[in-house]
Amino acid sequence: MEKEKEVKIRIRDLHKSFGKKCVLDGVNLDLYKGESLVVIGGSGTGKSVLIKCIQGLLIPDSGSIEIDDIEIVNENPDVIDRMHSKMGMLFQGGALFDSLTVWENVAFDLIQNRGFNKKEAKIVAIKVLRQVGLTEDIADLYPSELSGGMQKRVGLARAVITRPEIIFFDEPTTGLDPIMADVINDLIIESAKDLGATTLTITHDMASARKIADKIAMLYQGKIIWYGTVKDLDKTTNPYVRQFINGSSKGPIKVEK
Amino acid sequence: MIIRLGEAFLRTLGKPLVKFLYSLGDLTSFFVKAIYHCFVPPFYFKLFFKQVLDIGFYSLPVVGLTTLFAGMVIALQTYSGFSGFKAESVIASVVLISVTRELAPVLSALMVAGRIGAAMAAEIGTMRVTEQIDALVTLSTNPFKYLVAPRLWAGLLVLPLLVLIGDIIGIFGGYVVGVYKLGFNPANYITATFQDLQYIGIISGLVKAAVFGFIISMMGCYHGYKSKGGAQGVGNATTNAVVSSSILILIFNYLITEMFFSR
Repeated sequence: MEKEKEVKIRIRDLHKSFGKKCVLDGVNLDLYKGESLVVIGGSGTGKSVLIKCIQGLLIPDSGSIEIDDIEIVNENPDVIDRMHSKMGMLFQGGALFDSLTVWENVAFDLIQNRGFNKKEAKIVAIKVLRQVGLTEDIADLYPSELSGGMQKRVGLARAVITRPEIIFFDEPTTGLDPIMADVINDLIIESAKDLGATTLTITHDMASARKIADKIAMLYQGKIIWYGTVKDLDKTTNPYVRQFINGSSKGPIKVEK
Repeated sequence: MIIRLGEAFLRTLGKPLVKFLYSLGDLTSFFVKAIYHCFVPPFYFKLFFKQVLDIGFYSLPVVGLTTLFAGMVIALQTYSGFSGFKAESVIASVVLISVTRELAPVLSALMVAGRIGAAMAAEIGTMRVTEQIDALVTLSTNPFKYLVAPRLWAGLLVLPLLVLIGDIIGIFGGYVVGVYKLGFNPANYITATFQDLQYIGIISGLVKAAVFGFIISMMGCYHGYKSKGGAQGVGNATTNAVVSSSILILIFNYLITEMFFSR
């Protein structure tokens, strides 16, 4: 049944090392159209590297990444730029531009690449800011004047303003209180549903993963060691996954103390 | 035993050499990319004018004060050094030559390197470590075109203007000391200055300024762009930008002087 679904992102045998440290060691993963995939794993397991390879921010050592059946590894910048126009990304720390106001951040892509004039772009930016629960008053503030939760919302608004087909979320709830984290989770679900977008989230927040995921994959020592639905997650006997979701220090995953 | 010692010696020598060659290759690759993107659209004119304001207008007080006092001190030193030879009349000429050929371009560039090179490295470095540069890429905006090219153009074009103003202020400094402290006749001093005015001196100073402006921007952008490791990384980038641009300014100052005046 699943084979009939359209694959949006196909990753095969992806390798990436930094010096002698092997971070991705043959990752294979399919992300289906309209699906929400969450990649879980401990700190330093290569989750961020995986997302950066897909976005063309890092060049893998070997392997293949296809987006809509178009290979992007070692492709020329024009192809990768075209792919970026289909993508949105919410960064872990927001990555808002300090020198621009909130609305200029949100409308950045519209002004720079899509021919909007400032007046039109501001109207659209304020509309999207409202969709993520922010008011017009903050549009002219600078990012440093906002709280962490507000910065995440602005980042989310910037990620969805161009109605991308694929949205990446890098640790969307890290550094937020549990209530704000849940608000962000709801916004992610709403935005993805509204756009019909395919989403890839990396997190180690299990509450967030359970809430937003259709499918979950676990990355450990550079490999995908488990893949399944949220329901499967609770039934799995995989000792690595069990240890991770229980948050136990005892088990096969060894952490240096 | 000797072979082993030899191996150890070569290894000790080789590691920093490999590191140095790697850095040189990295800088060359950055340089080529930056130059390419300076000539390929889109061009961000608004960002260019912002940099012109930062590098040019806001550096005016620093450059003005530096060249004013440089001109004044040269007038004073020349007088104290040459007065025994009854050579007061050469003061105007010495001030003119030293300010336009050396002091205005070199001192202005060193001051701007401290002010602007450091700021560029800190700003771009912070953007690097807070993933703002990655965000630019994901928003289909090339960081070389958006961040580096406007700074390189502004550095290249604005520093000669700053130095031209510095030349005038420096010569004025010499005039102030000559006339008000040493009691020269103002008309004679001005006449002596214009008599000795050589275009080659002014032009060599302005060429130096353009090269120094380019070096300051290039080093600021390079070290900022390559910074990593949070606040400490940004701090290191800032230091490296100022130190490397200052050294390069002094090296290129010699090379350009050699090019213009060596016979």
